[in-house]
Amino acid sequence: MPADQTAHSPVAGVTSRWISAVSDVPAIWKILSLAILFAAWEIGGRTNFNWAFPTFLETMAALWEMIADGSMGAAYLRTLEPLVIGLVISLVIGVSAGVAMGLRKDAEWLTLPIFITMQAAPMAALIPLITFVYGIGLTSKVLAVVMLSMPVIAINSYKAVRNVPQSLVHMCHSFMGSRRQQILTVILPAASPMMFAGIRLGIAEGFSGVVLAELLITPTGIGDLITFNRSIAKFPHMYAAIFSIVALAVITVSLLHRLEVTLFRPEKRGA
Amino acid sequence: MTMTHPIPDPEDAAPVASAIIEVEGIHKIYNGAVTALENIHLEFNRGELTSLLGPSGCGKTTLLKILAGLLKPTSGEVRVNGKPVTGPGPERAFVFQDFALMPWATVLRNASYGLELQGVGKREREDRARHYVAEVGLAGFEDKYPHELSGGMRQRVGLARALAVNADVLMMDEPFSAVDEQTRRKFQEDLIRLREIEQKTFILVTHSIEEAVYLSDRIVLLSPRPGRVSQIVTPNIDRHGDPEAIRRNPEYLDLIDDIWAGLRDYVE
Repeated sequence: MPADQTAHSPVAGVTSRWISAVSDVPAIWKILSLAILFAAWEIGGRTNFNWAFPTFLETMAALWEMIADGSMGAAYLRTLEPLVIGLVISLVIGVSAGVAMGLRKDAEWLTLPIFITMQAAPMAALIPLITFVYGIGLTSKVLAVVMLSMPVIAINSYKAVRNVPQSLVHMCHSFMGSRRQQILTVILPAASPMMFAGIRLGIAEGFSGVVLAELLITPTGIGDLITFNRSIAKFPHMYAAIFSIVALAVITVSLLHRLEVTLFRPEKRGA
Repeated sequence: MTMTHPIPDPEDAAPVASAIIEVEGIHKIYNGAVTALENIHLEFNRGELTSLLGPSGCGKTTLLKILAGLLKPTSGEVRVNGKPVTGPGPERAFVFQDFALMPWATVLRNASYGLELQGVGKREREDRARHYVAEVGLAGFEDKYPHELSGGMRQRVGLARALAVNADVLMMDEPFSAVDEQTRRKFQEDLIRLREIEQKTFILVTHSIEEAVYLSDRIVLLSPRPGRVSQIVTPNIDRHGDPEAIRRNPEYLDLIDDIWAGLRDYVE
């Protein structure tokens, strides 16, 4: 019966699709698939096909070294600032705009074209433009995160609300539910799986946004760790920095999935 | 005895019960072009089970939704207990063809949802819902989710939800069309038994002649495009005793043939 999530697959950004896919697979398969990937990485590194490609174990050693000396922690403190601010803005505005567009025709006509354009435009190409207007500070980086994550969140929230089964809405109406009760007890819970799928994708996009900003605007935080280690040819450290941000994105997105099931969809618990 | 008479002839109608719902001159035109219902005059008597029967496209579900206040007629008026209908009301409850259960809510919460919307306290509404969940034969399933139930069981939850708000009229939109034949028969038998406990008015939309004859005190036959009342049939079948016996009753079988003979022209 709960086919609403699979029937209408959410709008995904290029970078976020696989992250979202990974977070839905059972744990054993995830571990197995990771083990195969890391083994292939280790073997690939040992064949020396590319002198700049470290083995998995070398990368993990470099990761540990950076965690131990505190440089990783310091980098994340810098990176998380624009990421968190950007994601909070995207969530609040994206979800509200999406829900409003789903509920009201006028909001749809006014706002949807903006998000569709933002969704379709190659945002990396616009980052230099942001720098041109807002300089190289925090504002530009927050904007980069927002521009990547908000359209996915807004469009999925909109589609989620639109795809709420009409018979549930009629049912609420027939039992004399007010518009407010209709939205709170039927529309939002029914929309939540797809809305959360969009939020997960949006957060994954936000990670891309912050890394892009740190690579393209000014090297700070994790972007700095990547560029700096590349420039001094410490490739295990460069790969370790990339590895850490990918891992963090996957973990965040998975945790969010858990939160969603706990909060909104008790029938999927343990399923 | 079975009486079959054409409409309109209000003098002939058996003066048994008072009308709880009066339908006067209902027209329904979709998009200014498609006439779904034309000049419907009907009365639904208190305590009776009336079926709206007809081939697809005859507007029977449209009529039911107008009675429920879920759709507005293009012209005409519906009165419930003498008051004109402007929307859904507490004296009417709806059972949906596709069950319309909330997949994230347990059987008990689904069954008590109508009361929840009315602002009844959690304890009271759950007690009342529990009673009706048991009455429709789902005791022990209170904490299950809809996806753990069969189609027939889901519709029982829909029925319990409609019963729990204690409305005078239960409106059922093809309630058995999405369940398999065996479940359907059992459900029909249970509905006859339920009517002995619950003194309510039932309005049932169906496209099954057998179902209409089996269950109804009165059958309103609708003709398609545009939907009009073509005939009103009053089966006089004794429904006490063995519910299986009804299906072998000669009056039941003859009436099915009669209605089919009348409807045959509209199909194709």
